[in-house]
Amino acid sequence: MANGRAASLWYEFKKGLWQEIPPFRLVLGTCPTLAVTNSVINGIAMGLATLFVLLTSNISVSLIRKVVPSQVRIAAYVVLIAMYVTVADMFLAAEFPPISKALGPYVPLIVVNCIILGRAEAYAQKNPIIPSIMDALGMGIGFTMSLAVMGVIRELFGFGSIMDIKLLGDWFEPWIVMILPGGAFLVFGFLVALVNYISRRKAETVCH
Amino acid sequence: MKLILIFISASLINNFVLTYFLGICPFLGVSNKTENALNMGLATTFVMTLTAAVTWPIYTYILVKFNVPFLEYVAFIIAIAALVQLVEMYIRKSSPAIYRAMGIYLPLITTNCAVLGLALFMVLRDYNYIESIFFGFGTGVGFTIAMLMMSGIREELEFADVPEVFQGVSITLIIAGMMALAFMGFAGLIR
Repeated sequence: MANGRAASLWYEFKKGLWQEIPPFRLVLGTCPTLAVTNSVINGIAMGLATLFVLLTSNISVSLIRKVVPSQVRIAAYVVLIAMYVTVADMFLAAEFPPISKALGPYVPLIVVNCIILGRAEAYAQKNPIIPSIMDALGMGIGFTMSLAVMGVIRELFGFGSIMDIKLLGDWFEPWIVMILPGGAFLVFGFLVALVNYISRRKAETVCH
Repeated sequence: MKLILIFISASLINNFVLTYFLGICPFLGVSNKTENALNMGLATTFVMTLTAAVTWPIYTYILVKFNVPFLEYVAFIIAIAALVQLVEMYIRKSSPAIYRAMGIYLPLITTNCAVLGLALFMVLRDYNYIESIFFGFGTGVGFTIAMLMMSGIREELEFADVPEVFQGVSITLIIAGMMALAFMGFAGLIR
């Protein structure tokens, strides 16, 4: 029994990492995925901020799930989420001013990131607190990884560096398009296709 | 003159969808038919103009005056949600025909990041009241243009032979990338 519970918790965690990885499979949270991934640092910072909000919102939604009447639940969740985002935003502004400046209005826009409300609605409001935490951790880490991958590709080809460390020599002509909005869409499109391809090879069922 | 510049800048040069990546969800989700795309675009334009008209006084006369700008996000999202709800109730009462066309899109607009993004950019750029309304309207028009173009391309795409792994979201994103590159041609229009 205990073993079975641990296994199901592990599944809740693991599904966010590949099977339901947020931007590529669920196509949720696309705005930050495209907007802040022109460098690896920005992508990871955004991912961690989202992880924090996702975790706190999943915990609170799971705690209040039996108290809040279902007619006003969305409004209640949104106010909670907006509060946690304010906390994350002020923390970033106080501790990491350059990153906060680079992310700009995309930190407050976590409020309307569909991953957060989506997980609250689809998971946390129906499940107890421990599985909700695992769900948030899995989804948040999967999201952070996706942003980091996008960031690595765009920064490597756009600047020839990763985490501001120059990897490619002077012979490399930076692909400016990777830093521009167009490049973000193209990289994201090709990554979605790649994820489709790999999972088709594995003959898994594709869920949308 | 400045108002015209703000309008053109918001609708073409700094198109929210193609340069700030705001409102990608409806851009990918509702752009498969031209008619749906147009209705969604009109509904969003309407809500965006109203949002600019409502959030500007809230920010200037309540949040700044009482020195609580950290409540900005909470206040804006509540204002937007309430506004969308009111608009929905009003349209349902006053004109059922428009409600049938726009109704199902209205709840989606609350979680459209372009609407909240509009309020945030408006504050960041220190627009005055009239400028904010033009900014809101221009942003909505830009969103509608992007939606319409995308839906037109996607309707043609149904007859194209797209490789299997690229079908769906993937090819839509790649097309959006090309559209973003094309829109960069407007970049020199206004400094």
